[in-house]
Amino acid sequence: MSDVAATPTAQQRPDDIKAVPVRHPWRWVVAALVAVLAADAIWSMATNDRFEWSVFGDFFFDHRILRGLVTTLELTALAMAIGILLGIVLAVMRLSPNPLITGGAGFYVWIFRGTPVLVQILLWNYIGALYPHITFGVPFGGPDLVPVSANSLITPFVAGTLALGLNEGAYMAEIVRAGILSVDEGQTEAAHALGMTRMQTMRRIVLPQAMRVIVPPTGNETISMLKTSSLVSVIALADLTYSAQLIYAANYKTIQLLLVISVWYLIFTTVLSIGQYYLERRFGRGSARTQALTPLQRLRMAIFPRHEAGGPAL
Amino acid sequence: MSDAPMVLAEGVHKRFGRLEVLKGISLEVQRGQVLVLLGPSGSGKSTFLRCINHLEKIDAGRLSVDGELVGYRQVDDHLHELPEKDIVRRRAQIGMVFQRFNLFPHMTALGNVIEAPKCVKRVPDRRARERGVELLHRVGLGDKIDAYPAQLSGGQQQRVAIARALAMEPKLMLFDEPTSALDPELVGEVLDVMRGLADEGMTMVVVTHEIGFAREAADTLVFMDGGVVVESGPPEQVLSSPRHERTRAFLSKVL
Repeated sequence: MSDVAATPTAQQRPDDIKAVPVRHPWRWVVAALVAVLAADAIWSMATNDRFEWSVFGDFFFDHRILRGLVTTLELTALAMAIGILLGIVLAVMRLSPNPLITGGAGFYVWIFRGTPVLVQILLWNYIGALYPHITFGVPFGGPDLVPVSANSLITPFVAGTLALGLNEGAYMAEIVRAGILSVDEGQTEAAHALGMTRMQTMRRIVLPQAMRVIVPPTGNETISMLKTSSLVSVIALADLTYSAQLIYAANYKTIQLLLVISVWYLIFTTVLSIGQYYLERRFGRGSARTQALTPLQRLRMAIFPRHEAGGPAL
Repeated sequence: MSDAPMVLAEGVHKRFGRLEVLKGISLEVQRGQVLVLLGPSGSGKSTFLRCINHLEKIDAGRLSVDGELVGYRQVDDHLHELPEKDIVRRRAQIGMVFQRFNLFPHMTALGNVIEAPKCVKRVPDRRARERGVELLHRVGLGDKIDAYPAQLSGGQQQRVAIARALAMEPKLMLFDEPTSALDPELVGEVLDVMRGLADEGMTMVVVTHEIGFAREAADTLVFMDGGVVVESGPPEQVLSSPRHERTRAFLSKVL
C-alpha cells in the first residue's frame, strides 16, 4: 500500500474552484433606489431657476470671497498650531509628578473647555475694556518694559486667533495625553535603561509612537476648526463666512453666496482629509508587517501591473 | 577603583507599598563573571536586577556598581540623591535586556541600535551606523538591518535588543528572563549570543529559568526565594548537591 500519503508529484493540482456566487436581489433594489433619488435631487437642483447658478458662478472666484478664504485658512492654521503646541505642553504638565503643575494644567482645561468658544471669541475681542494697556514687564506692578495699547495689539484677527487657539489647546491636551498614555511603559523603561533622559525619552520614543493615536483625532479637530472659525464673523473679522455676509447684505443673493462658501468649505475639508490619510500612514510605520496600498498606488498597479509587483514601499 | 567588584549588594531592601519584595540581599559580582539568579516567580529576582540600574529605588542597604553607589552620592554620613544627569550617565554604562524585548517599534533594527549612541553619547551618525551594522552582524542579523520589529521573530527581536544594549559599550549587562517570552525553538539562538558574550569576558547578571545555560555559562549561581538569597555557589555544586530543602524542591520541579 503506497497511497497513504499522496506526494505532490503523484497527484495533479486540482482545478481552481469556479462556483456560482450567491445572488443578492435586495442589494440591487436598494442600489437602484439610491441612484434614482440622487438623480432626482440633481435634476431638481439643475432645473430650479431659483438657485440662480449663474450668480453662484459669478461669485465663486470673487476677490472678496477669495480674500476671506485666505483669512479662514490662516486662522485655521494659526489656531491649530497654537492648539497643538499648547496641547503638548499641557499634556506633559498633566503627567508631571508635581501636583501644582498638574493642577494648573487641569484648571486651564476646565476653564477653556467649560465655556462656549463663541463667548471666548467675544471676550478676547473686548479684552481692551479690561486691560486698556497691555505691558510686558515685572510682575505685581513692577516697571513696564514694553507698553502697548490693547486696541492696537488685539485686532479682530489676533482676538479670533487667540480665542480659537487657546480653546483648541484644551481639547488637544486631552488628545495628546491619551496618546502618551497609550504607549507601553516598557518603551520608557527601555529608553531609560539606555541612559536617555526623561525629555529625550518623551521626544524620541514616546511622542512618535503616541502620534499614531494623536493624528486621527487631530485631523478631526483641524477639519472642525476650519468650520468653527466661521464664528469669528461675530467680531466682524472678514473670514470666508463674514465676507459672504457682507456681499449678500448688499445684493440679497443670500442663498447663492451661502452655497458658494459651502462648496469652498467642502473643498478644503476634502483636502484636509486626504492629508490626514497620508499622515496616518506615515505614523503607522512599524505597527503592521505590511502597509495597505494608497489609492494612487492601487491605480498605478491597475494600469501598469508588472512594475509594482513587489511589496509596497513603507 | 578597578579592584572593586562590578556589583556589590549589602542588605538591599525594597518595598512596594506594604509588600516587602527584597528582604536583605547581599551578593557580589566580580569583573568578567556571569552570575545567574534562579528562583520561583515573585522571589524578587527581577526587582533586584532593576535596582542595579536604578529603574527601582532601594529602601535600605547599599548597592554599588563598579565602586559607585547606585542613585546616591555619599557626603560624610549623608546620602544625597543624584540629579538626573548623573543617574543617566551611570545607566548608560549598564546594558539591559528585557523579557518582552521592548524594541522601539517605530524604528528599524538599525535605528533601534544607533538611537542611544547618537542621542546619549553624541556619536556621529556615520560612525554609529558602521558600529550598528557590525553589531547586528555579530548577533547574526546582518540581513535584517532595515526590518521593523514587527517583521522579526521573537528570537530575532531579542537579538536586536542585545545589539542595542551592546551599542552603548556597557561594562555590565543585565538580562531579565531574556528567553521566557520565546517559542522553545527560538530560545537557542538567543542563548548562543549570550554564551558568546560570556566567553568574551562580559560581566553579566542573568535572571533565567534555563538551567542548561546556568550550568554551562554561570560562574556563580544564586538561588532566591521570598526576597532573600537562599544559597549561592558554583553552578555544579548548587545544581547537583543543593544544601537547602527549598532549593532542592525548586530544582526537582524545573530539572
